[in-house]
Parts: sequence; C-alpha cells; structure tokens
Amino acid sequence: MQLTFRIWRQEQAQAKGSFKDYKVGELTEDMSFLEALDHLNEILVLQDESVIAFEYDCREGICGQCGVFINGRAHGPHSNISTCQLHLRSFKDGDTIVVEPWRAKAFPIIKDLIVDRSAFDRIIENGAYISAKTGTAPEANAILIGKAIADRAMDAAACIGCGACVATCKNSSAALFTAAKINHLNSLPQGKLEAHQRVLDMTTQMEVEGFGHCSFTGACEVECPEGISITNIAEMNARLFKAQILG
Amino acid sequence: MILDAKIPEGPLEDKWRNYQMHSQLINPANKKKLQVIVVGSGLSGAGAAATLAELGYEVQCFCYQDSARRAHSVAAQGGINAAKNYQHDGDSVWRMFYDTLKGGDFRSREANTYRLAELSAPLIDHFTQQGVPFAREYGGVLVNRSFGGVQVQRTFYARGQTGQQLLLAAYSQLSKMVRSKKVRMFPRHEMLDLVVVDGKAKGIIARDLVSGELKRFAADAVVLATGGYARVFRLSTLAIGCNGSAIWKAHKRGAFFAAPSFTQIHPTALPQSSEAQSKLTLMSESLRNDGRIWVPLQKDDPRVANDIPEEERDYYLERRYPSFGNLAPRDIASRAAKERIDAGFGVGRLKNAVYLDFRSAIANFGQATIKDRYGNLFAMYKKITGIDAYQEPMQISPAAHFSMGGLWVDYELMTTIPGLYAIGECNFSDHGANRLGANSLLQASVDGYFILPNTINNYLAAALKDEPVTVDHPAFQEVEAEARLHIERVLAVQGTKTVDHFHRELGKTMWQECAMSRNQAGLEKALKAIKELRTTFWSEVKVTGNSDELNTELEKALRLADFIELGILMCTDALQREESCGAHFREEFQTADGEAMRMDEQFAYVSAWAYQQGDFQLHKEKLDFEFVTPSVRSYK
Repeated sequence: MQLTFRIWRQEQAQAKGSFKDYKVGELTEDMSFLEALDHLNEILVLQDESVIAFEYDCREGICGQCGVFINGRAHGPHSNISTCQLHLRSFKDGDTIVVEPWRAKAFPIIKDLIVDRSAFDRIIENGAYISAKTGTAPEANAILIGKAIADRAMDAAACIGCGACVATCKNSSAALFTAAKINHLNSLPQGKLEAHQRVLDMTTQMEVEGFGHCSFTGACEVECPEGISITNIAEMNARLFKAQILG
Repeated sequence: MILDAKIPEGPLEDKWRNYQMHSQLINPANKKKLQVIVVGSGLSGAGAAATLAELGYEVQCFCYQDSARRAHSVAAQGGINAAKNYQHDGDSVWRMFYDTLKGGDFRSREANTYRLAELSAPLIDHFTQQGVPFAREYGGVLVNRSFGGVQVQRTFYARGQTGQQLLLAAYSQLSKMVRSKKVRMFPRHEMLDLVVVDGKAKGIIARDLVSGELKRFAADAVVLATGGYARVFRLSTLAIGCNGSAIWKAHKRGAFFAAPSFTQIHPTALPQSSEAQSKLTLMSESLRNDGRIWVPLQKDDPRVANDIPEEERDYYLERRYPSFGNLAPRDIASRAAKERIDAGFGVGRLKNAVYLDFRSAIANFGQATIKDRYGNLFAMYKKITGIDAYQEPMQISPAAHFSMGGLWVDYELMTTIPGLYAIGECNFSDHGANRLGANSLLQASVDGYFILPNTINNYLAAALKDEPVTVDHPAFQEVEAEARLHIERVLAVQGTKTVDHFHRELGKTMWQECAMSRNQAGLEKALKAIKELRTTFWSEVKVTGNSDELNTELEKALRLADFIELGILMCTDALQREESCGAHFREEFQTADGEAMRMDEQFAYVSAWAYQQGDFQLHKEKLDFEFVTPSVRSYK
C-alpha cells in the first residue's frame, strides 16, 4: 500500500517547525505504524536527508516511550493503545496521515516528534515512593491486602507514563498520570503512612510544572493505553481534600 | 591468567554469610567521599543506584531512554521466582538452587546459584514493602503460579506486567534518592567507553543524546547494568534500543566476556510476519500454565485450527515430555517447536508458528478465570494480530530473548578489571546455559539490591586510599578522543546502505547459524560472513546528520558496529564448545532421540574470552561441583 505522511519537522527546541509531506510506497498492512516510519527513514538516508526523530523502545506497549499525535488523536485512531501497537491495517491505501508531537507547555519539543517529558519524572520525585530503605522489609505475608484492594492498586499502577493523557487534554492536565500513581500507593497499607504528604507534594509539583487543571471531559481515559479510569482523578481530589484538612 | 571466582569457604548455606562477615566495611562519613557510576536504570541498575545512595555513596546513574522508568526490565511479563514455600508444596532454597542449576544444564557456579535462591525470599518482602501490587488471594496473602522447568509453584506476579511493576518500584526508590540529591540521574545519555587508570575502572565517556556532546564522568567504581544483547539477532523480544555496546567497550578495555554464545530463544513469541518487522513480541511463558501447544498431525493441513479435531492434533510437548509437558524449559520447548516447524508442520501464513491453545482451559475454568489470569496478554495479542485468542488459538514462534552470557564476574560481581562491576543480564553468572523463566527479574534485582551493595565496599575500602582521579586526567582525554574519532569514522563512510540493512544481514546470519541449533560448518560460514559484513559496513554504511545533534541514525550505527564484533565472538564461542548444553545445541552432539549431549569431562568450565587486538583468547574457569552431581537433564 501507499501512504502520505504529513510529519512535523523541527530542528530543535528553539527552531520554527513545519509540516512536510512524504509519499511512501511498498508498505504492507501487517507493518506497524512505527515500522513504516523506520522504512521512511531508510529512504531518507538513501536520499541523503536527515532522518525523522521519533521515539520508541519496547514496541510492545509497555515502556511508554513512543507517542505521537496521529490524525488529531493521541496514539492514533484507536482507543486505549500505544503508538507502537498501531498497524497500517487501520489505514486505507492512499490515505494521508498527519503526524505531530505531543503538544503541551510542560512537554517542550526537543526535535521533530520528540518531546521532553521529564516533568513526569519530577512529579514522581515529589513523593511517589514509600520511604523505606533496602533491607528493612517485614515478611511479605505479615501485612494482608485483600484482593479487591490489590486489584485496584494494580489498575492504577499500570500507567506507562507515555503522556497521552496530557497531550489529548484541552487543558494539558497531568491529573490522570498523577492520580494513578497517588491512588496506587495510597490505597496500599505500605503507602498509607505518607499518604497525605504524598498527595500534597505531587499535586503541587504538577502545577509547578505548568500542567493545566482537570475539567473532567474524560478525553484522557479514552487515549490511555492502559485504560486507566478517570474516576482516579475524582479519587485523587477526594484524597487531596482530606489531606488539606488532616494533613 | 587464572580466573579466581573468590568463592567463600564453607558449606553452601553459609557462604554468603561468611563472605559478609569477612568483607571490609566503610564508615558512613567515608562513604560520602566515594563516587559510584551506575550505567543503566533497569531493575539491577536502579536497584543498585538507589541502595548505594541509601548507604551513603554519591551515585551518578545513566540511561539512554528519556526516563529511568523505561528500561527494558519493564517488559518482563510473567513473574519473579522466590523460595517462600507459601504453597506448602515442598519448595525450599535448596530445591530452587537445584532447579536453577539443572535448568542451566550445570554450566553455572554452585555458590552463585545458591545465593540467588537464598536471597529470593527477602526480595519479595522488599518489593511488597515498596508497594508492588502483587497478585493476592481473597484472604489477602500472596498468590503463586508455576513456570517452566519447575514442579512447584514459586512464581510471584502482578498480572502479566510483573517486570513493569518491579521496575516502577525500583524507579520510585531511585526517584526518592534523586530528590534527596544522593543520585544524579542522566537520562538520554549513552556510555561510549570506559576509562581505565592504572588498571582500575575510574570513569566513563558518555554521549549526551540530545546535544551530541561527549562528556567525561569520573568515579571510584563503575557498575555496568546494561542488560542483554540479543538484539544482535536484530529480531528479538528486546526493546529496539537494547544494545551490547557498554559491555563490548569494557571487553575491549580488558574485561573478559563469558559464555557469549549462550542465548535463550524464547518459545512463545509472535511469529515474524514481514521483512520490515522490527521486533518480535513476547507472549509470557506463564501462558503455558493453561495453554496447550500443538501442531496438526497432517502436514500443510489447510483447515483452520478450530476445525481440526482433537485426534488430529499433535501436542508434541506433552508427547515428548510427559512429566513436564507444556511447562518444559524454554530451550527444550523452543527446539521442539523448531523441530516441528522445520519438519513442515508449522502453521500460519508463513508456516513458521505453532498453536498455543486455551480451549480446554476455558472449558475447565471458564473464560472469566482465564481473563483474570492473562487478560492483558490476550488484549495485547488482539491489538497486534487482530485475533481473539478466546475464540481461536494463538500462533507463536521462537524468538531470541535473553543473554545468559555476559561479562565474566567473580562472586563479588566484579569483572576482570578492578573497580568495574557487571550486574543483571549483562553479566554471565547465575543461569548457566539456560535461564529458567521468572529467574531474570530475580537475578537483576538481587544483584542490584542485595549483592553489589554488600560487595562493592570490599573494593572501595581500599580505593579510599587511592589518589582521586578527576576528569582532567590524561586517560579521560585519550578515551574521549578515541570515542570522537570513532564517531567521525562512522559519519565519514557515506556509503550507499543503511544501518538497518546491515543489521538485517547480521541478524539473518546469527539466527541461521548461532541460535537454536548450531554446527561446525555453519558457524565457520557465519564467521566468514560476519567478518565480510564488518568490512562492508565500514566501507558502505551511510549515516546522515551530524554528531553534534540528536541523531538516532548515528546511535544505531554505533551500536551496530559493536554488535557486528560481538557476533564474531559469539560464533567463535559456539564453535569452540564441542558439546551440547542448555540453549547451546551443537547438532554433532545429540542423543539418538535428539536431546542435548553434554561433555562434562572436557567442557565443565566457563569460557571466558579475553580481547586481543581483534582476536580472542580463551581462559577457562573450571566448574567444581562440590555439593551436587551433575546429572543428565531430563524432563521426560
């Protein structure tokens, strides 16, 4: 099949970017979207052009490194997948596909389709851990955790940190990302001791980084590759309220 | 050179304690004066960096990804083993040690393997404390499941995302130490070379992948935690960025490389569907708990799987290995699949797959139970293939997955370069010639959290007395200049072929001759082909863009240049080892019924290779089995 990729090119953070069209043939429906970009980059090399910078690593939907806007949607036309899980069978021969980087104030562009998501790391640094040192743990079964609680913690903990929630949000809010981590740790007995401080520090950092507020449109949960529910944000807000009163 | 593994005295159960009792200590005030570099932020790297920082060392940690949270440990699915005996099914440290040693076909050290089993139970305690949401029973206790090569249930898991959850716990702990300014994190930095001063590892040269700048970093010790190198096959279950460059550069600076050819081919990955494919997605081995593997009895059967009746299916693992069945170890399951596929019984469009069928499990336990156990894996399968595996069997195929080989390390996890450590998958130590499922997360974690932080002090205590080395030392200048020259050479070729072209060629040769089945003629052919490939790479590769910018093509080229050289060593090693053991199957050495034939008299040693100006010299570390008698591995 043949497709036209309309791709955002931007030399570096300060440069002005623009879309550029690339017509690519010899594609097959089985190819993944990222493999099509690999293929395009090989063509560019042979034409003596610099390659399109885009991110990926595991290519199985778990590392969270890939992520671009495709035809106006984070991670492409399907709900709840990552970019690396998108295949060309989702497009028609002759289609034009518009590819852009995540766009959010807190995710500055580094080059072409690559953005800087280190703001997420700094949110994690501000409390997304249990302050226990290696070597101090009690017997694992000494603290029982009901299956329902463990399952809910796991639902929230599944976040891969790709940033699609921010990219798709009209406010560029990181509420889903932050809430998922807070709810994972705060719902477990091990995380309870620092629960209030954690929610205060992490939500503060979220604002420091320049992410917007959540206005509950639900856009984020549609694009989240792990299907993390927006109810996490309501839960975070409740935890924040409690922390502000009791903290 | 005599390789001294520094195994402590005493009975197996006492060795680690004896070691700790006699190793040197450093007081907290002095630890602050010591710098440690950790390259890699996966389970072993992040675990080590966080723990060393908690102990008081000043740590600098590097990863090529944009965040430490993305290291490839994240992709491990099935679980982590521990000898907790929670299931009351007869498990013990000794049994786990024996299973691991036997699973590795008696090509690893007893003392290391025992320590791995011994430290497994406290590791589960550790991760539970760090907030890993392991699977639980309704009563609140931890759940276990079975994994290949084992008859007890000792695998702990967090759905099919165990690696992700453990890594995120390690990343959280690392982030805690970043916040307290005891760890300086350098994401988007790739180590290009090791700096050795007076025979000791004293720093690294790294490339800032955004600016392209080469930077110098000095320390009192360097820890490599850079993962596996199975991307040498190009198509593998590894992340695209996984590479062998850091350990290869260390090897060229004097670190011995052990058992380089021991590579695990995983039996349950998705089959290759086209030439353009960049990776093979793994389907967790845990699926073999409930899935049954089969091919049609009839060659080129045109029917779809569900139309083939029970009596016309060949459940070949259950047939050949009745006592372990679908849970035979990975090397055996992969080879059995290859045997059926090569014999013409493969299924799928390219006839390169076998079926993994959940029909009986769904009939027995109901779809809801299967969904609870493997829901995310079935969802992933559907996303990639478009097929609903609740309705029809999955198609799976063997794929390169794990490097048992790696830098040679002693009991302290130190390489042959003093002050240079290798932890996690990038060392060779605990798995012998085949790794058991769910032992990889375990080894990475115990190396990083429990072992290295207790052995590095034994070296650093003496390093305190050394004159501190700074980045202005001439050795740093020299190594940086060499790294710069190497980059310029790659960019200057300006040939007519892409990096990926050479990688595909290398991968084809390696997969053909140095994977599941090897023979002398094939390996000799491969050596010739790869050496020619090295020549054409340096005369015909084309890399566009510059060195002083973010240049993903240049990154790939630098990694591939090292993979090509590593491929030569792997074939050299596979050719030299004239026996079959674990994943290393030499066709000349097999029993009448096609099982591996080990040659203990000649080959009960670890092959440790030294680099000598483009050639390799073999050193042997004899494996003494003091506590167990190596037996013929049988899973029948």
